[in-house]
Amino acid sequence: MKTVWNNYRYLIMRRVVQVGLLFLYFGGNAWGWTILRGNLSSSRIFDMVPMSDPYAALQMLAAGVLLASDLLIGVAVATVFYLLIGGRVFCSWVCPVNMITDAAAWLREKLEINRVQNGKVPISRNMRYWVLGLSLVISAAMGVAAFEFISPISMVHRGIVFGLGFGWAAMLVIFLFDLFVLKNGWCGHVCPLGGFYSLLGRFSLIRVHHDEEACTLCMKCKVICPEPQVLYMVGKETIPVLSGECTNCARCIEVCDDDALGFSIRKLVDNKTTGDKDESNK
Amino acid sequence: MNDKKREPISDRRKFILSMARGAGLAALGGLVWSAYVDEVTASTLLLRPPGALAEKDFLKTCIKCGLCVEACPYDTLLLAKPGDNKPLGTPYFIPRDVPCYMCTDIPCVPVCPTGALDEESVTTNGVLDINSAEMGLAVIDAESCIAFWGIQCDACYRACPILEEAITIDYAQNLRTGKHAYMTPVVHSDACTGCGMCELACVTEKASIFVLPREVSMGKAGSHYIKGWDKSDEKRLEDAEMKTTTTKLSEKSAMDSLNDSEDLY
Repeated sequence: MKTVWNNYRYLIMRRVVQVGLLFLYFGGNAWGWTILRGNLSSSRIFDMVPMSDPYAALQMLAAGVLLASDLLIGVAVATVFYLLIGGRVFCSWVCPVNMITDAAAWLREKLEINRVQNGKVPISRNMRYWVLGLSLVISAAMGVAAFEFISPISMVHRGIVFGLGFGWAAMLVIFLFDLFVLKNGWCGHVCPLGGFYSLLGRFSLIRVHHDEEACTLCMKCKVICPEPQVLYMVGKETIPVLSGECTNCARCIEVCDDDALGFSIRKLVDNKTTGDKDESNK
Repeated sequence: MNDKKREPISDRRKFILSMARGAGLAALGGLVWSAYVDEVTASTLLLRPPGALAEKDFLKTCIKCGLCVEACPYDTLLLAKPGDNKPLGTPYFIPRDVPCYMCTDIPCVPVCPTGALDEESVTTNGVLDINSAEMGLAVIDAESCIAFWGIQCDACYRACPILEEAITIDYAQNLRTGKHAYMTPVVHSDACTGCGMCELACVTEKASIFVLPREVSMGKAGSHYIKGWDKSDEKRLEDAEMKTTTTKLSEKSAMDSLNDSEDLY
């Protein structure tokens, strides 16, 4: 039991947070709970603090909307929050699509699809930044927030809180895409919201830190990581993971048997281990 | 030829080509994406919550959070789901199912974080005033409305929350029987909010009085026509713009136009 907790503690916590948030939103609509109302596009916490999706607001800005003050406050709250705890913490701790794509990634590993499809991937992980840019161009050209009309994230989340409709089809398509077409396809290559939070997350405080001296080069972390390119320093350098594409999902920390990976607050950790103030060690 | 093949590909060439590939994919994706967005935002027959901006502005300003839907105590408001064939995630209502019951505190409007539901547009003298809402306008199909047949029915008139202002009853002699009256409902656009309680109350199989968005159900006379007997209507002339149109005159004489038959075939 102790090892189960040790090997899955963050995964368990993430699922509790993800499902718990969904449940609170659902209760907000179904039973009038006031803890969380609205959905991931814009919410009210305890009927007081607004929290809004900064990427949706950015698209609205591109579409030519004068942003209301409530929205701006909500965007500021969300931005500061994710700047503190890591941009893509949204992806791995909040977003409901993460559960779908994690399930696909798990099944992909079990069915050994990765062994068959390990050639060159057809699209690059930078695709998400193209989609991000494209969404802003289309928003400006069409005068509406373009991604919000096709976002499977909103479809799934809104679907669970307000009624699903054909939203299950979006869930199924993403699951099959990740399972058969591309490993970590949606979250790791296409999703512009993930791209947005990657850009935001470059500056965030909480980081996974790698300790090269403890590392035994088993590479379990790179196998489990949904964004393995961020772990380029494993076995090479003692530095924190500074790429914004890291989702702080902490799977690498759990699978590491050598305590070579752990959460840290940026800068502080460098002072402790190397006495070096420079955060990047470059 | 062989020398050229062995030459290492420069980083610049790689970069430019990867950018070109990205741009090509983006163009293809953008075509499909914008066509879809164009299609889903084309629907104009939706009834929006009170205080909603004009449809085009509403679509760009609504963040699709559903806070108005949660605030509605009667479950009138719905959030468009995939498969509803409506702009995804935006609030609307179907009055024949559940109309807007016109709460005096209008709970759905102040919760809107983006101003897509504009509090000012439903405020009169600093107080929220649901009677100033313009969600739509009820129209009557006089052919299926049984009151126009001469049968006595005033269900819509009685259901109207602004009775005698938004709906009134007209009287006319029924010449078919010679001794009865037609008592027919008339909707007045200056008072009707489009709440749809009349539509719910209508007794015919498919409602003969129904709410449409105001842009759909209303015409516009324009400044060419002014009620000269109405001083207040003359004010509309202040916005009148001058427009000069030129029509190309026929160079043929009038007689020719009668003799010339080429346009007839």
